[in-house]
Amino acid sequence: MTHAVAATHHTSMGLDSRKMAFWAFIGSECLLFGSLISTYLVYKGRSVVGPYPHEILNIPFTSVSTFDLLMSSLMMVLALAAVQRGDMKWGKIWLFSTALLGLVFLGGQVIEFTEFVHKGLTISTNLFGCTFFVLTGTHGAHVTVGVLWLLTLWVRALQGKLGPANAMTVEITGLYWHFVDVVWIVIFTVVYLIQ
Amino acid sequence: MAEDGHAGERAHPTAGVYLRVAAALVVLTVLEVGVFYVPAFHAVLVPTLLVLSAAKFSLVVMFYMHLKADSRFFTFLFGAPLLLATGVLVALLLLFFGALTLRGAAGGG
Repeated sequence: MTHAVAATHHTSMGLDSRKMAFWAFIGSECLLFGSLISTYLVYKGRSVVGPYPHEILNIPFTSVSTFDLLMSSLMMVLALAAVQRGDMKWGKIWLFSTALLGLVFLGGQVIEFTEFVHKGLTISTNLFGCTFFVLTGTHGAHVTVGVLWLLTLWVRALQGKLGPANAMTVEITGLYWHFVDVVWIVIFTVVYLIQ
Repeated sequence: MAEDGHAGERAHPTAGVYLRVAAALVVLTVLEVGVFYVPAFHAVLVPTLLVLSAAKFSLVVMFYMHLKADSRFFTFLFGAPLLLATGVLVALLLLFFGALTLRGAAGGG
């Protein structure tokens, strides 16, 4: 994308219209996750049958997943910095690393969900199961979309179709990825640590 | 963004800043998990965890999502719905748990 083409995306405020639209989208996502977290908290401690959160949540395992997602955010900003300075070798490495860490997080979530089901907690077992799976499952779906988006960018970079002129595309992908990370920061505290 | 020089947007942080923020995020996460396991902190567990979580949230939003350097309009686009979501959360908690308390005080009616 040339600078002239990029300039067509500017709003009358001088801001990039794609970035502005994406921030508005992230704002709407705040409301989505806000409602899911509210629902979880409102029904917290009201399950009449087990398993209950303190019996089933694995803090050490989830702490590793949290560390993984935080490091993926670091990889994402390093990818953006590399693409912005035209260092596509490192841009590709960091983009792939971010996607890989996202896949590791998803793998952890699959293991966690499977373990919970084996211990008798499904989405229809009790209020905890219902609100927990809807909240963390929605977050997991967002991570899945993010991983697919990152892999798409990585493939475009391999094809030579991603460079400093497309840095805004990488930045917007990064905004999405970091938002997924901040949502997990809240979920980790509210669901896992405050029991 | 720095490369385009858009209005209201300053240069993004350097890789060194990104690494320092990552280190701070790791330390805060270790503190969170540590506080969870130390019985002495259980009396103040919830406020401590909320403060640590808010610090992590702010670091990612300010430095990794570049709100500290970007246009304040983006901060508004993110902050206004975030405040609304927080308000809805607090209102629902007060509505549900406040109602339970009132019902209990009225003798279970």
